[in-house]
Amino acid sequence: MAIKTEPMFLNLGPVHPSTHGVFRMRALVDGEVITDIEPVFGYLHRGIEKLAEGKSYRQFLPLSDRLDYVSSMNNNMAYVMAVEKLAGIEVPQRAEYIRVIMAELQRIIAHLLAIGSFFNDMGTFFTPFFYMFIQKEKITDLFEMVCGQRLLYNYMRFGGVSHDLPPEFIPALTRFLDEMPAEIKKYERLLAENEIVLARSKNVGVLTREMAINASAAGPVLRASGVNWDIRKDDPYSIYDRLDFTVPTGTNGDCYDRYRVRVEELTQSLNIIRQAVDGLPKGKVLNPVPLRFRPSSGEVYSHIEGNKGELGFHVISDGSDKPYRIHVRAPSFINLTALRNMLIGWKLADAIIIFGSIDICLGEVDR
Amino acid sequence: MMELLLLPASIRSDVPFGYWWHLLIFGLGIITLLLTSVIIFIWLERRLVGRFQLRHGPNRAGPFGLLQSVADVIKILTKEDIIPSRADKLVFWMAPVIAFTPVVLMLGVVPVADGALLADLNIGILFVVAISSITSLGVFMAGWSSYNKYSLLSAMRTVAQLVSYEMPLILSMVGVVILTGSLSLNEMVKAQSVPFILLQPAGFFIFFTASLAEINRTPFDLLEADSELVAGYNIEYSGMKFATFYLTEYCEAIVLATLTATLFLGGWQGPWLPPMIWLLLKIGLVFCGIVWIRATLPRLRIDQVMNFAWKFLLPLAILNLLVTSLSVIFWPAAPAWASGLINLGMLAVFILTYSKFFKPGGKTVAV
Repeated sequence: MAIKTEPMFLNLGPVHPSTHGVFRMRALVDGEVITDIEPVFGYLHRGIEKLAEGKSYRQFLPLSDRLDYVSSMNNNMAYVMAVEKLAGIEVPQRAEYIRVIMAELQRIIAHLLAIGSFFNDMGTFFTPFFYMFIQKEKITDLFEMVCGQRLLYNYMRFGGVSHDLPPEFIPALTRFLDEMPAEIKKYERLLAENEIVLARSKNVGVLTREMAINASAAGPVLRASGVNWDIRKDDPYSIYDRLDFTVPTGTNGDCYDRYRVRVEELTQSLNIIRQAVDGLPKGKVLNPVPLRFRPSSGEVYSHIEGNKGELGFHVISDGSDKPYRIHVRAPSFINLTALRNMLIGWKLADAIIIFGSIDICLGEVDR
Repeated sequence: MMELLLLPASIRSDVPFGYWWHLLIFGLGIITLLLTSVIIFIWLERRLVGRFQLRHGPNRAGPFGLLQSVADVIKILTKEDIIPSRADKLVFWMAPVIAFTPVVLMLGVVPVADGALLADLNIGILFVVAISSITSLGVFMAGWSSYNKYSLLSAMRTVAQLVSYEMPLILSMVGVVILTGSLSLNEMVKAQSVPFILLQPAGFFIFFTASLAEINRTPFDLLEADSELVAGYNIEYSGMKFATFYLTEYCEAIVLATLTATLFLGGWQGPWLPPMIWLLLKIGLVFCGIVWIRATLPRLRIDQVMNFAWKFLLPLAILNLLVTSLSVIFWPAAPAWASGLINLGMLAVFILTYSKFFKPGGKTVAV
């Protein structure tokens, strides 16, 4: 005999410990099972794209930090590259190498946070989170050495980077590179084969290859579904064509694969940084660019592989010193496209970790 | 004081008003000891979890942060007591009391030395089982009366979890009862010339796991799963009523540790030190184990919790009961190592067989 049940609306967010910011999901739940879900965006909307229209190209640079605030370096790099492409600015080789080092360090930070909070959502009471935070702090120290900031770096400039590396940076970085593989091994030993982790995340929240492509997902979310697509490989920018690394992919597209892909990418990022440090050329780091420059009118789209996926900037110039329009292709936002399909039919507890495994940053979703 | 406490129950008839003195001493003793040990155990848990997470834990208030819990108590007692306007007020008021009282009552049948206990009931263990379920009723009342969807979900989980875990818990105790031949906790401790954990490793495993679920500790802390249900059943409680729930939670953990120590670790028995110190040491040891589990493991999903109880623990408990009864009947003079080995072998065979059929992950529910 089937018991007559009544669905109930459950408001997850905007103030909820597991929504990674102020995301809101209006879930229709039947007991524990989610039957329908409606994501509600916009609680962190700051109008960054509109603000850009009133600022000069350089003035927008600090705002790009504030898109995905755990990957400021990547945002800087994507924006700076777009404007350089628009205005035809050359970048010294040393600056390219430094940018890649910074971007990959930033990727490690973001992935550590993503993995840590993924396990938090799974209910590990912050322990993996703290383990990963300790390593994250070491990278933050490195960033502080370079640019004096610990969260919003504003480090890259049109035509290079703002400062050269201080002399103590490379030894400290080498020390970090030497100890990080052991740390990753430790996370693996503690978490990767844990029975409860497997039970909670294997085959949970499957995003099939077709669904992932149709939803134009990118980054670890796409790669976990078995699509080998990494802009660093497939549309190389900066110096990535000179570096040797592999693109880890998953097979099932479940939460566990998304977590695995991120862990593998940690190792690959370390690999890239090592090569970049070895090949770091001497020379200047910044080509002089006038404070207010006027690119000729036209439009340009430039993308990089951000830590959450394809991070693209579409910049339109009308020939003045201010951009006519800037649009950000925010990977967090676009990765959420498939959210509803991924969540329906799962239990409430699954919904939280599926959502966590997509790894979004609200600063980027709402902009 | 110590001598008075440790006097056997027979003192009642020797001194005038002996029965009432006995009640007074033990009643006061249990309540003071429980409340003070809650404060110490909260401190201990926070410090230990801090160490597990590579941080310090509270260390500012008082020596080693010992006064932190006192400060928290003062803070929580001075908070405003809020009752939601749509709450069922009477039930809302009664819930903390109903949850807290049985936990204290359970300690009344636990001996701190030979014959030194509040009431040497000849059905001691049955009393514990009967009383312990009432706490869940209080939790359910709290979740139901709060008029909050999160706490309602939490309340439903309480019922499901209680029904599932009561059975293996009781069956695992029956193994001990069979070995002792008595339901009285005092007799059980006296029968443990070899601690029952060595004779009944499987029984200990079932008992400990099931009681972790009974007291809602990781990995079964679904009631207050903070990443899903924010705070669970006590989400609408504040001030003293919240403190009562918090107290209940820790008292339950302490009572569980006490029962584990009494049933499986030899209770107050031990060389050199006074019996009560031995009991306290064992309680502390078990509690540290609970904290260790909390700091390490992720949380299970509700259906996995159910599966674990009905498809794994319950058959294992029945098997354990069967094997124990058979060995008591057919080989009553079995040496300790032999019965321990039989039990361990049974546990190993069962787990290996079970793991053949166990598949991690989950599936969606068709909606």
